[in-house]
Amino acid sequence: MSVLKSREALLVGIIGLLLVLIAGRFPAFVAPDNLARVFNDTAPLILLALGQTVVILTRCIDLSVAANLALTGMVCALINSTIPGVPLPVILALVLAMGAAMGAINGLLVWKLTIPPIVVTLGTMTIYRGVIFVISGGEWVNAHEMTPGFTGFPRATFLGLPVLGWIAVIAVILFVLMIARTPLGRAFYAVGGNPNAAVYAGIDVGRTQFLAFVLSGALAGLTGYLWVARYQVAYVDIAGGFELEVVAACVIGGISIAGGAGTVVGTLLGALFLGIVKNALPVVGISPFWQMAISGTAIVVAVAFNARRGRGRGRIILKRAEGTA
Amino acid sequence: MLMQVDKKAEVAVAPVLALSGITKTFPGVTALSEVSLELYPGQVTALVGENGAGKSTIVKVLTGIYQPDGGTIRLDGRAVTFPSAQAATAAGITAIHQETVLFDELTVAENIFIGHAPRTRWGLIDWPAIRARTREILDRIDAPLDPMTPLKELGIASKHLVAIARALSVDARVVVMDEPTAALSQKEIEELYALVERLKEEGRAILFISHKFDEIFRIADRYTVFRDGSHVGSGLMADVGEGELVRMMVGRSVDQIFPKRTRAPGDEVLRVEGFAHPTEFDGISFALRRGEILGFYGLVGAGRSELMQAIFGITRPSAGTLTVGGQAVAPRSPADAIAHGIVYVPEDRGRQGAIIGLPIVQNVSLPSLAQTSRRGFLRMAEEFALARRYAERLELRAAALDQDVGTLSGGNQQKVVIAKWLATQPRVIILDEPTKGIDIGSKAAVHAFMAELAAEGLAVIMVSSEIPEILGMSDRVIVMREGLMVAELEGEDLTPETLVRHAAGIRGTA
Amino acid sequence: MTDATLVNEQRRHIPDRLEGPAARLAKRWEVLLLAVAVAIFVANSFASPYFLNAWNLSDATFNFTEKAMIAFAMALLIIAGEIDLSVASILALASTAMGAAAQLDVGVPVLVLIGLGTGLMCGAFNGLLVTGFGLPSIVVTIGTMSLFRGISYIVLGDQAYGGYPSGFSWFGRGYAFWVISIELVLFAALALIYYVVLHRTNFGRAVYAIGNNPTGALFSGIRVARVKFVLFLLTGLMSGVAAVCLTSRLGSTRPSIATGWELEVVTMVVLGGVNILGGSGSIPGVVIAAFVMGLVTFGLGLLNVPGIVMSIFVGLLLIGVIALPRLWGMWRRR
Repeated sequence: MSVLKSREALLVGIIGLLLVLIAGRFPAFVAPDNLARVFNDTAPLILLALGQTVVILTRCIDLSVAANLALTGMVCALINSTIPGVPLPVILALVLAMGAAMGAINGLLVWKLTIPPIVVTLGTMTIYRGVIFVISGGEWVNAHEMTPGFTGFPRATFLGLPVLGWIAVIAVILFVLMIARTPLGRAFYAVGGNPNAAVYAGIDVGRTQFLAFVLSGALAGLTGYLWVARYQVAYVDIAGGFELEVVAACVIGGISIAGGAGTVVGTLLGALFLGIVKNALPVVGISPFWQMAISGTAIVVAVAFNARRGRGRGRIILKRAEGTA
Repeated sequence: MLMQVDKKAEVAVAPVLALSGITKTFPGVTALSEVSLELYPGQVTALVGENGAGKSTIVKVLTGIYQPDGGTIRLDGRAVTFPSAQAATAAGITAIHQETVLFDELTVAENIFIGHAPRTRWGLIDWPAIRARTREILDRIDAPLDPMTPLKELGIASKHLVAIARALSVDARVVVMDEPTAALSQKEIEELYALVERLKEEGRAILFISHKFDEIFRIADRYTVFRDGSHVGSGLMADVGEGELVRMMVGRSVDQIFPKRTRAPGDEVLRVEGFAHPTEFDGISFALRRGEILGFYGLVGAGRSELMQAIFGITRPSAGTLTVGGQAVAPRSPADAIAHGIVYVPEDRGRQGAIIGLPIVQNVSLPSLAQTSRRGFLRMAEEFALARRYAERLELRAAALDQDVGTLSGGNQQKVVIAKWLATQPRVIILDEPTKGIDIGSKAAVHAFMAELAAEGLAVIMVSSEIPEILGMSDRVIVMREGLMVAELEGEDLTPETLVRHAAGIRGTA
Repeated sequence: MTDATLVNEQRRHIPDRLEGPAARLAKRWEVLLLAVAVAIFVANSFASPYFLNAWNLSDATFNFTEKAMIAFAMALLIIAGEIDLSVASILALASTAMGAAAQLDVGVPVLVLIGLGTGLMCGAFNGLLVTGFGLPSIVVTIGTMSLFRGISYIVLGDQAYGGYPSGFSWFGRGYAFWVISIELVLFAALALIYYVVLHRTNFGRAVYAIGNNPTGALFSGIRVARVKFVLFLLTGLMSGVAAVCLTSRLGSTRPSIATGWELEVVTMVVLGGVNILGGSGSIPGVVIAAFVMGLVTFGLGLLNVPGIVMSIFVGLLLIGVIALPRLWGMWRRR
């Protein structure tokens, strides 16, 4: 526990240091309204990273989230531009269901056919992208084709924070609750920590992994609508390569790729770290082209950190060695 | 005497749980063949049988891990099925499993309650209740553990206590104990016996699986014997003697199994001096001669395999020296150890021994490719010749040498692993539980072969938890407990009693 | 079974092989795949009148030669139970390094050495992280996938390198004779080399042993970490070779060069019968898979199907190749 805590403390420290360094030269960056803007900007990353967290906890990985986001985004944009009368609640229900369905496809392939998750989601990632091209004919859906109701929802501000940001806040709270207080949340840890023992505890490993993919998919679907509405544009390549940033946020947050270890708060901090770096780059005058290499480096460093923690010490046989882990 | 009368009276009691005609097959193996088993309330039924007799399989059937291919399970006379572990738990069947099936990343409390955690009225997990009930259960078994400690910080014996606590967290009518004392010290074993008595008084039915005859005779009321996946007999403990049980288990008398050997140790080949490891073993020193078989005895988790793997270069000792043939060596990898003539037949055959997926021939030639190849290029004909030489010497039963080693029986897989090492012409061979889970015929063949190797001048280390095997094969025995060397026995000192006493840490003389 | 009598039984002769060569060949995935390749070839020649033209077919080989070069090394890596998702990014970085060198007017041999050297260094970096620090290759190479291409973006931004020396185009646009391109010759030579390495050497045997059971291989005296490191080096080197060919063929470098190739390379390897979980597969299988993918891409191209739609096909192929045998197995067990 103490080691897990230290990962979060470390991240809080790093983020704090980062903010102090930036504030030293650009005090405007840490003004409350700007921090709210940065948080809002990071909200899609947080939402996807939450879903990815439960997937990785169960020893799987979902590389199709960005494609899922783009496809759902395109579908709801097309619906809005062709039938502007569809009310927002229907759209929200639709994107959640659609995203969940795409996650379910991944989950079923992993559960029922025991295909490695990396292969499944690499495959569905390209398929979902291809489908966007087919349904849109490669065309963009632009701002003027969308209704104000459609684009206004995530941008409406409440207590200084746009709805998009609030949705991320609510999602984080729900995930913390779910992980800590529901059998499913605990099952994610059990399945990833020791699948063999999970069977003995009466937990269905495949079904739990399937549900993790469904959750991840549903969040990707919801984010698809929020993304398209916020930026008021939908096209084939939106959020291209975003899946890597999502995995990066989880890994930086201390979610072990070997499954069964990590916390939602860690993921949140991992996503915030990336979000702050991304938003600070233009402020401090570094080209945004650095973003990709920074995420890559962060993944590699974080994976090395996680592995050091997870390295087994073998069985503790000597009495005097007990309790010193 | 009064107890005796009670037992007779209870014969009329109907079993809580009755299994009949249970069959379970896996590809190529029949693990259980129409076996029956009955458990009675307030009584301990001992399930006895050799390794591979089907004991663990019946436990998995009982607890819903495996679904039987045939037969019926009756609970209070009503036919039931256990499609999942949860179904078995719900029916009031709980188990302490042989291997600890727990979660390292989770706390003690959560390990005890995962899968059946108490809920609040909102359906959420009730953590305060979990913590309180965990404390209660830990107190009940006198386990000095903090409910909030992550499991990964505990040693093997403590983990075992958590497993016991988990079994007690369910209000069970049937408690299955699969070798519950294997990794416990004498004090902890006594506490477990007291617990068993308490469970009996509460009217629970207990299935007790053990290899230790003294404990079976001490706590069991009834027995059931399995052999090679079949039911060979059951009855009251009061009506049976140890010799009779052993005959039922083995199917013949025990002392025929071991080959006659004449002891003729030669020069010293291997010397271990002051070997230590931070968490696994400490202060290990011994020497080994040509033609000698040195036994290593101890309870499960006494650190024997860990020591052998350090000698073989898998893990590195934190202190100590290793001398092979008078030359100091420090193997940094198995490849180094093999180059120095040390080879290791591991206990975990499927994971560490055989390379399942590769054919027999490639398994045998793998460490000897330098000899069979030319300038790094394979020569298949040489490989087949090498494999045939050793396969036939070991009387391997296989259809062809290009058969996947995974399609062989356990005993024949073990022969392939041994053949692989003999082909390297080693000086020291370490056999870790060499006959665990293999059929009796292969077992005898492995023993005979071990004797033959020693006679040819090979130095043999045999790690074993089976007392007959240790006594029947070893010239000398080192006993380990909790990572330490606690005794070195030979000649008249080498008796079942001395072995057990040193391994379990019982003080004083017999 | 009365095994007790077995000990006294006469020593039995065990044959080398259970079945003759013909029976073993008939069961192989490669044979099925070859039949598929022939079927696609025939279908294509009916579907489009432009298909059966020597020059068109020669052009079609460029669809797969560069990817297949990476796929050979990737096949070995996947058989050994690891994976490298950073290959396309290594290619981009190698291409960027060559582009930067080309601006300094270096000669063609130096340019090639820089491309191959960059590939080797990237491979060594991956290999060190995976084998030296014991990290899972999937995440490490997802990270370096982002890192390597990220460096290209830092260097190039939205710019591009051009101005390669004229002799440099030989690799990607040259022809050995008639319609046989330099790339095709290189592809064939590499296929042969990798065939020998995987199927005819001790090293290849170690690759299979590690893929089937890494612990067992270690316990059998295989230097597992060293073998895996070499495999990452080879994968990096082959990405460097592919970078030379692709850069030469395109004549320019953008940071987005070869985006998504890792997927196509992995698909090619899996389609070729390599088990994604490691332990089995063959180079002939990968060679046939390369032709199948090339033919399909070419055929769809002739029918004016856009590239991104073809990627749907690639994704379906990747999942289908693994899913169909399993579905078939489940159906048969019923």
